[in-house]
Amino acid sequence: MVNVAANALGLLTGIGGMRAVLSEEKTVDFFIHELIPYKFFGQTVYITTTHVCELLILLGIIIFALAARYKIMHAEEIPRGFQNVVEMLIETLNSYVHGTMGKHGTKCYVNYVGTIMLFILLCNISGLIGLRAPTADYGTTLCLAIITVAMVQYNNVKWNKFGAVTSLFQPLWFLFPINLIGEVANVVSLSLRLFGNVMAGTVMISLYYTLMPVVATIGIPAAFHAYLDVFSGAIQAYVFTMLTMVFITNKIEG
Amino acid sequence: MSSQITNEGLILACSAVGAGLAMIAGIGPGVGQGYAAGQGAAAVGRNPGAKGDIMSTMLLGQAVAETTGLYGLVIALLLMYANPLLSRFLKL
Repeated sequence: MVNVAANALGLLTGIGGMRAVLSEEKTVDFFIHELIPYKFFGQTVYITTTHVCELLILLGIIIFALAARYKIMHAEEIPRGFQNVVEMLIETLNSYVHGTMGKHGTKCYVNYVGTIMLFILLCNISGLIGLRAPTADYGTTLCLAIITVAMVQYNNVKWNKFGAVTSLFQPLWFLFPINLIGEVANVVSLSLRLFGNVMAGTVMISLYYTLMPVVATIGIPAAFHAYLDVFSGAIQAYVFTMLTMVFITNKIEG
Repeated sequence: MSSQITNEGLILACSAVGAGLAMIAGIGPGVGQGYAAGQGAAAVGRNPGAKGDIMSTMLLGQAVAETTGLYGLVIALLLMYANPLLSRFLKL
C-alpha cells in the first residue's frame, strides 16, 4: 500500500517519469532532480531539488525575521530605513487579514496566514534566481493544503461543537456522502490549484528556454518571468491565503 | 515488419491524443474568467471608489474558476511526462 502511494506520488511529481527528448542534445528539463538517496522505512527516497530550494527560502525568511526582530527590539521613536519596511509589512498583513476575518480572527490567525503567504510568495518567485519553484512539486502544495484543511476542521469542531457532525446531514440526511466529499475535496482543489499554476509557469519557461535559439533567450524571457513567476505567483499566494481565511471564517461564524 | 505499430507506440500515441483532448478543458476557465473580468470592469465603471474590493473579489472568483482548467492541465502533464498507463504496461 505504501509502495503504491509512493509510486503514485512519484509519478505525479515527475520523479522517475520519462524525460522528454526533443532531439539529440535538446532536452526539456523541468523535472525534480534526485540529489541524495537515503532509506526511509525500507523505501529509497531522495533529497530533491525541492528540499534544497525550500531550505534556502526558509533560511532567507529566518535571517530576515532575526534582523527584523533585532530592529524592533531596538526600535526608534521615528522609524527609518529597515524599520519602516518591517512596520509596513506588518501593517499590510494586519489590514489584509482584518478585512476578511475581523478583529478576533486577526488576533488568532495573522501569524499563520502571514507565514504561508510569505512562504508561498517566495517559493513562487524563486524561479527568478534560477531555482526550481518548490510549489511546482505536488508534495509541497499537498502538505500546505492538508495543514489548512486540518485547521479548518479544528475550528469547525471548536466553534460548532456537535454541529460539526450534524451539519454534514443538512439539509437532508442522505446528502451525507456529498457533504463529506465537499469537505475532503478542499484538500484536492487547494493543492492542485497552486500546483497547476506554478507547474504551468515552470513548464512554459523551460520550454521557451529549450526550444528558442540562444539569441532569443537574452532579455525576452524577462517578460515571461514577470508574468508567469511574479504576477501569477503573487496572485496564487493571495488566493491561497484568502481561501484559507474564508474557509476558517465560515466555520467560526457557523 | 518495421512499419508495425508496437504496443508501447500505440499507448504513447493515444496518450498524446488524450493530452491534447484534456486541454480542451481550457475553454471553460477562459470564458469564465473573461466574464468575471467584464463584470468587474462594469462594476468599476459604475462605482470607481470600490475598485480595491471589486478587484480582490474578481481575482478570487477567477482563481476558483481556473481550477477546472488546471485539472485538465494536470491530466495532460501526467499523460505526457509521467504516463501511468505506460509504466503499468512495462511492469506487466
